[in-house]
Amino acid sequence: MRMLLSLVVWFALWEIVGQMKFSSIVPPFSAVIEAGIEILPTEKFAKAAIISLRSFGLGMALALAIGIPLGVAMARVKGVGRLLGMWVNIFVSAPISALVPILMAVIGIGETTVVVTVFLFAVFVITLDTQVGITHADRSLVEMARSFGATRRQLYSKVLLLSALPEILAGVRLGAIRGVKGVVIGQLLVAIIGVGELFETYSNNFLMEEFWALVLIVFLFAFAVSEAIAYLERRVEYYAAAR
Amino acid sequence: MIVEVKGVRKTYDSGVEALRDVDLSFPKGQLSTLLGPSGCGKTTLLKIIAGLIPKNGGEVLVNGKAVHGPGPERAFVFQDFALLPWADVLRNVGFGLELRGVERKERDEVARKYIAEVGLKGFEHRYPAQLSGGMRQRVGLARALTVDADIILMDEPFSSVDEQTRRKFQEDLLDLLRHHQKTVIFVTHSIEEAAYLSDQIALLSPRPGRVSKIVRPAVDRSKSPDEIRRDRGYLDTVDEIWGILRQYV
Repeated sequence: MRMLLSLVVWFALWEIVGQMKFSSIVPPFSAVIEAGIEILPTEKFAKAAIISLRSFGLGMALALAIGIPLGVAMARVKGVGRLLGMWVNIFVSAPISALVPILMAVIGIGETTVVVTVFLFAVFVITLDTQVGITHADRSLVEMARSFGATRRQLYSKVLLLSALPEILAGVRLGAIRGVKGVVIGQLLVAIIGVGELFETYSNNFLMEEFWALVLIVFLFAFAVSEAIAYLERRVEYYAAAR
Repeated sequence: MIVEVKGVRKTYDSGVEALRDVDLSFPKGQLSTLLGPSGCGKTTLLKIIAGLIPKNGGEVLVNGKAVHGPGPERAFVFQDFALLPWADVLRNVGFGLELRGVERKERDEVARKYIAEVGLKGFEHRYPAQLSGGMRQRVGLARALTVDADIILMDEPFSSVDEQTRRKFQEDLLDLLRHHQKTVIFVTHSIEEAAYLSDQIALLSPRPGRVSKIVRPAVDRSKSPDEIRRDRGYLDTVDEIWGILRQYV
């Protein structure tokens, strides 16, 4: 409720500034919404959205498939943790965007580059949070499982991964938010496909209403993804409260 | 003798010598206590018997056979309960059977039986966070009973349980274990608890842990709990143990 109120205030401010026509870069909020409603049903937008969502989905799937097992290995195998710990920590805070031009040179200009960009944006934080979750998994739960004769596989599937679930989900949420950035930055730098192409078109042709409308749509998407994962996290937190 | 410990030694990686040449035997069907001040290695010894931590020398024999890891004839009750926070009481109690691959229906049936025995009937679908410390430890005890191990290893099971609950729990424990004829090895730092519960008490000296004396309390167990706590034999045992332990404090 408080958030909604704050949004209303800021959008009102935006509207006022826009109506005063300081600069064509800031069109009124109402005009942006109108442009958004116009864009949404167009085929061009649908095409861009599908390409972008596909890149995002593939990149995230890769990040999960590699990030989680890697994080587990780093927590459970001392050598792996020592070998990769420093690098993951560097890459989690490094400006990955700087690597995109190199990726372009290596992989080429196209969807694959965007997928790899999403992957690189998302994977490190997922790895790091998984590692933290598994490292901090209740040691006595591990002992308990061993004392009742758990196999290695059971130890992971029935105790460790569930125990680390709150941290893993936090990592996935942060990874997904970074992944959205990855799509946009990847596509902007590659500049020929999906939402990135639309951004490029709008800003080159000074279509500021459409440009801002697209920004809002991307924001809303990132917010929705993050909230959906946060909802899962809250459900998990409830059971993890006693840890 | 169902469990024998021969010349067991343990030195941690940090260089701390926890146990030196410990010899002990634990008679079948009896409750034996490992008692000593903190840092005497009593929990370490219990976990070595459980096969949860490796020893540096000596051996642990169960029914005459050397053991090197956890086994189905030994079940552990943890100081901090070690319950799965995401699982309800029913699943927690049946978890030992779940790990052994027992069918859902069968393990739920066994779990329900022991949940009732430890006095938690009606709490099957509660989660650990919704239970008091005493109730959580009853879940831990029920879990150890479901796997039908002959030997129950208990690591300070009452230390996180408040005083009133503890007394009632101790009485219930005695009844239950006698009924099932389990061999119990019990770690505690409470002299009263040891004297009240045990058939045999092994006193450990600190750093490095060694057996300094074995006391067999002359307590008439046919008496009621309140009578036992005023019993001559019980009070003498408490005094005797205190006389030995005070030099380590």
